[in-house]
Amino acid sequence: MVTNGSEDGTRPEGRVPSASAPVGPEANGDTPLLRLENIGKSFGPVQALTGINLDIPAGKVTALVGDNGAGKSTLIKCIAGIYQPTTGHLVWQGKSAHLHSPRDATNLGIATVYQDLALADNLDIVQNMLLGHEITRFGLLDEIKMELAAKQTLQDLRVTTVRSIRQPVGSLSGGQRQAVAVAKAVMQEAKLVIMDEPTAALGVTQTELVLSLIEQLASTGHAVLVVSHNLTDVFRVADRVAVVYLGRLAAVGPVAEFDTSSVVDLMTTGASARLRTGNGGGSEPAASGNVSSGSEG
Amino acid sequence: MSSPESGEPAQDEPGSVAVAGEPETTEAEASEIALTSAPEVLAGSLGEYTRIWLRRVRNGESGALPVIIGLIIIGAYFQIREPAFLSAGNIANLMTQAGFIITFCMAQTFPLLLGEIDLSLGFNAGIGGAVALWMVATAHPFPTWAAIVVAIAVCTAIAAIEGLIIVWLRIPSFVVTLAGLLGLNGVLLWLFEKTGSVGLGGVIADHNGFINGLVSSNVSPTAGWIILIVAVALAAVYMIFRDQRRRRNGLAAPPLSVTILKLAFVAAVGLALVLILNHNRSSGVIPLEGVPWVVPVVIGLTIVMSILLGRTKFGRYMYAVGGNAEAARRAGVSLSRIRVLAFAMCGLIAGITGILYASFLGSISNNIAGGQYVLYSVAGAVIGGVSLFGGRGRITGAVLGGFVVAVIYNGVILLGLGAAGQYIWTAAVLLAAVTLDALARRGSTVT
Repeated sequence: MVTNGSEDGTRPEGRVPSASAPVGPEANGDTPLLRLENIGKSFGPVQALTGINLDIPAGKVTALVGDNGAGKSTLIKCIAGIYQPTTGHLVWQGKSAHLHSPRDATNLGIATVYQDLALADNLDIVQNMLLGHEITRFGLLDEIKMELAAKQTLQDLRVTTVRSIRQPVGSLSGGQRQAVAVAKAVMQEAKLVIMDEPTAALGVTQTELVLSLIEQLASTGHAVLVVSHNLTDVFRVADRVAVVYLGRLAAVGPVAEFDTSSVVDLMTTGASARLRTGNGGGSEPAASGNVSSGSEG
Repeated sequence: MSSPESGEPAQDEPGSVAVAGEPETTEAEASEIALTSAPEVLAGSLGEYTRIWLRRVRNGESGALPVIIGLIIIGAYFQIREPAFLSAGNIANLMTQAGFIITFCMAQTFPLLLGEIDLSLGFNAGIGGAVALWMVATAHPFPTWAAIVVAIAVCTAIAAIEGLIIVWLRIPSFVVTLAGLLGLNGVLLWLFEKTGSVGLGGVIADHNGFINGLVSSNVSPTAGWIILIVAVALAAVYMIFRDQRRRRNGLAAPPLSVTILKLAFVAAVGLALVLILNHNRSSGVIPLEGVPWVVPVVIGLTIVMSILLGRTKFGRYMYAVGGNAEAARRAGVSLSRIRVLAFAMCGLIAGITGILYASFLGSISNNIAGGQYVLYSVAGAVIGGVSLFGGRGRITGAVLGGFVVAVIYNGVILLGLGAAGQYIWTAAVLLAAVTLDALARRGSTVT
């Protein structure tokens, strides 16, 4: 059984939510934005997830890694309201939350950016970002207000590579499309942004753009949960790493306590002898003992 | 090279931890962006505007240009073959013929924008016309306005029911409206049987002054000038105020010179039209002059539908559903509602078309070529740049495309080529338009 009760919410030198952070005061301190308590999910006889305990704090990037079929997708679908967990529950800002539909999750402030991004290629950036949340004036669309709002959000996220926010999304590069999808989530007041394989199928420059965006997202006070196969990217942006192995959380802790080989061990066998427990490079004074490793199975 | 949107410097907070990587936008990328966005939002001056516009045209992203060029070529050909083509009499004639063809194309644009199709709208319009004329021709006639409202409502309801069947049973619109094409033809025949003496011989004559005059009576020359001046002035005020409001908010707006050129073009076309049509085109004693009423009616409808599609939530969702239904669904848009509404709008405009058609002919018959008009509506919309796959196309495009179909219709009759020539010409122009569109798209998706 994985136990990770001693998780720290905020590192002193970590990214501190800015003043304009969308999280309320109750989310600060010891209460993480989202806490998963004993989440389990079974599909008939198949046990996809067992006893997942995970904290997702605001202002931090949490990376969810694991091999194919480990249960990453099932887990994010439980958080996004697509699946209802069989056991356990979610605690959102200290309060127990039951998500019966994706809409419930959206209403709480959980946005998921799937790999397909769900953008309409024929609409421009502003139109996509405000789709479903259009601003009207005398019953007609207020393009100016919408363009200003979209522009502000993109500036907050430091997305500066698009020349015109009035160009159709179909003309954008992969990284820019990812940025628009994330900005759309932020625009709709997401506090937790879940990103499913955001850098898959992107080139070097485009990947860099998306990683910077993830860092910027966390620095503006959002919680980010990144599902990724790419360990280089994970170590580049993640503050915390959670490794899923065969439906269980094999390990979770600050990124400094992992390295590529230990994560690979955890992903493939569920345990690692190479965890840097207790010597997190000096940058993690409170990190000692934070990494918990389950080795059953 | 990498300038942020609308050329403002990025707000760089001092001491920020992570500054997003700003890969330099290369020359190729920049020109690629220029290709895909409207020059309005990129250009600062007339010169730059023209350069961006030309680059887009060279790459096939030319908007209404091919239709306008096609129109000029076709018009020139007809004019050379038959000098009466551009006479005041024939232009007035062309306008009255074009009215209902254009509104058919407008109606079809709504389903097409969702990647759907309404094959039944020809007979739906026929039913609309029959209902309107029947109501004003009975022994105790209804008021004209009631006849028009009921006719349009009936057509809207018929199309909405088709939409509901498509949404509820998840049957392709092609099949449902194909059944509608056959079924509504039957309903039309049945309706004529029920009219008794009114529709004797399968024709309801139109003795109502208002409906009759809708297409063929003329705006008085003075009123024509007043309408033109007011319309151009309103357009100028609207465009200039909109651009000013954009600039005040620090957003990019097209250069004033471009706006003025556009307005001048519209004014010039309107001026030429009014000037020619205000000429007395009668050879008899009673003068025949002025713009046919159908012209302001169709222009008004075009403006209303353009606002509906371009400036309302409904319109935005139409394009979103047509472009990526899944994205629209996740954004909280009800796909079923938009689909049913799109068909209802198609029916509404079909109803208006039915009345315009009855007005044009002065009667409505039970052997209306409903199937042929559907094909014209699709051809016109596609010629005007409305994509059959949904999400692309504008009402103004459909209007221009419908006008091309009407010009061919008119020109072929003028040349005495008959139905054979008319079909072959329309087919050739349709193929040319689709080929051009396909080539342009292939060219622009090489990246």
